[in-house]
Amino acid sequence: MSVYELTAHALHEKLKEREITAQELTEAIYERIAEVEPHVKGYLTLTKDIALEQAARADEGFQNGDEMPPLAGIPIAIKDVICTKGVRTTCGSKILENFVPPYNATVMTKLHEQGVVMVGKTNMDEFAMGSSTENSAYQITHNPWDLDTIPGGSSGGSAAVVSADTAVCSLGSDTGGSIRQPAALCGVVGMKPTYGRVSRYGLVAFASSLDQIGPFTKDVTDCALLLNAICGSDAMDATSVDVPVPDFTQNLINDVDGLKIGVPKEYFTPALDTEIADNVHAAIAVLQGLGATVEEVSLPHTEYAIATYYIIAPAEASANLARYDGVRYGYRNENPEDLISMYKETRSKGFGEEVKRRIMLGTFALSAGYQDAYYKKAQKVRTLIKSDFDAAFEKVDVIATPTSPTPAFKIGERTADPLQMYLSDVMTTPASHAGLPGLSVPCGFVKSGLPIGLQLLGAPFAEKNVLRVAYTFEQNTEYHRQKPEIQTNGVG
Amino acid sequence: MATITIDGVRHVANLARLEFNDEETAHFTEQLARILDYIGNLNELETDDVPPTSHIHPHQIFILGSEEGARHVAKPDAVKPSYPIEAVLANAPEPEEGYFGVPRVVDTDS
Repeated sequence: MSVYELTAHALHEKLKEREITAQELTEAIYERIAEVEPHVKGYLTLTKDIALEQAARADEGFQNGDEMPPLAGIPIAIKDVICTKGVRTTCGSKILENFVPPYNATVMTKLHEQGVVMVGKTNMDEFAMGSSTENSAYQITHNPWDLDTIPGGSSGGSAAVVSADTAVCSLGSDTGGSIRQPAALCGVVGMKPTYGRVSRYGLVAFASSLDQIGPFTKDVTDCALLLNAICGSDAMDATSVDVPVPDFTQNLINDVDGLKIGVPKEYFTPALDTEIADNVHAAIAVLQGLGATVEEVSLPHTEYAIATYYIIAPAEASANLARYDGVRYGYRNENPEDLISMYKETRSKGFGEEVKRRIMLGTFALSAGYQDAYYKKAQKVRTLIKSDFDAAFEKVDVIATPTSPTPAFKIGERTADPLQMYLSDVMTTPASHAGLPGLSVPCGFVKSGLPIGLQLLGAPFAEKNVLRVAYTFEQNTEYHRQKPEIQTNGVG
Repeated sequence: MATITIDGVRHVANLARLEFNDEETAHFTEQLARILDYIGNLNELETDDVPPTSHIHPHQIFILGSEEGARHVAKPDAVKPSYPIEAVLANAPEPEEGYFGVPRVVDTDS
């Protein structure tokens, strides 16, 4: 096995034993990038100079025999929606093409304390609005399992680079499924922690009541290690919650005996791809065979989650994106007639079509005469969706569902029909409304060879149950060990 | 729930400080109408007595107060250094004498 294929926890042992240096590891990652990145196109910016400097610093620590954190010297990729001091942060948008943040997001400060090696910034749907990464203003990222298909979105770049072994792990952000869905489609582990677990300071805002940062990793152990690194309340984010952060690696228990897993019948509709339904049922049976109790639960308002999401998220986005007006940072249209024309021309030329569609939708839902009928109505339905989960978690410890209703679809297949694209999020948005922790773990493949994800949801702050079930599943299956064969001489 | 017309799209575009040509306006009108039609399924639900959720951790209170169970998340009102002006203006399209430059908004003739 090449070093770039290894997990962070396996690499940590090698770094500690001096079997490899962080600089050699970093060079191996960039060699891998040279080989496959022209086909995958997961990165918007590579930061090799910074990475080699960070690797040298980690090597010094290992050489001195210092007690090094688990992520020291580990090459990690960062979604381009997370502010990185001195490194351009575009959010996949032309309007921020030359934006260089003067500060680090809190998660970056925490990762630097661990001594990570930053490989680069990853591609995404513009301002995290999308389910395929096709809404990036810069490039289309290709799914390493089949270069003709999308990697999912909006954190498609962060998922693809972990799957393609061009990073050991990465960070993404999840508003309505933007970590879990691409993780499923690219065959890696992805987790959205409970809303409030991770500081959003320096995460460029999309929908503030839903946005949450989380990890993409090659296995559940690495997921726990990254959670340990990034979780915790922060004075710079009043929505981060001051609850103790446990050592998540304590939840890596290969045993589900006595745990109750709920299977919501509303997720298994006729619209669900049958191969995926069969596969996810089989995955749940594996957990049952390992001692978990499985029972059907009902989440009756599931079918309203998409409509609710496409009011709340655009409404919050329309307010958050008002800041892109050409005054303080980013693109400004030249020679405007007056101030209002400058705003309008800057925004109309700087934003892509999907972002404009969502701003329009959100502005409409908040406009005089419509706010109660749309925005307030959606907030009330959000309460109903949350109550469904509250009731279910009275009975079960974890809820298991498919992560995505279909495997990765073809590039271009859904771009003409926004509503069809929105329905890609049908399995992930309900938990977003309730702020729940959710993880996608590889659970098989469809006949065409594309990966399938099992979504595991927990009660707020009950990441421990989610990690335990995911870890047990992974330890008793081989799906997470499968690697895509990237067609480096074919299309893409 | 209402649907949206071409004039409605023009009105909302102005509120959002966006501008579209006629073709784009027609395109957005059609797409938004379809999305709003789908969103209309929320009307199947009776929600008169349901409180709205704006935030999923209701115990997290963002104002000074002592409500039971509420956590005070306001920061102490302490003076701290801010970013240097040059760092803040480094991304500005038209910085001018330590400020953000914009097109003139006051009439100099009067």
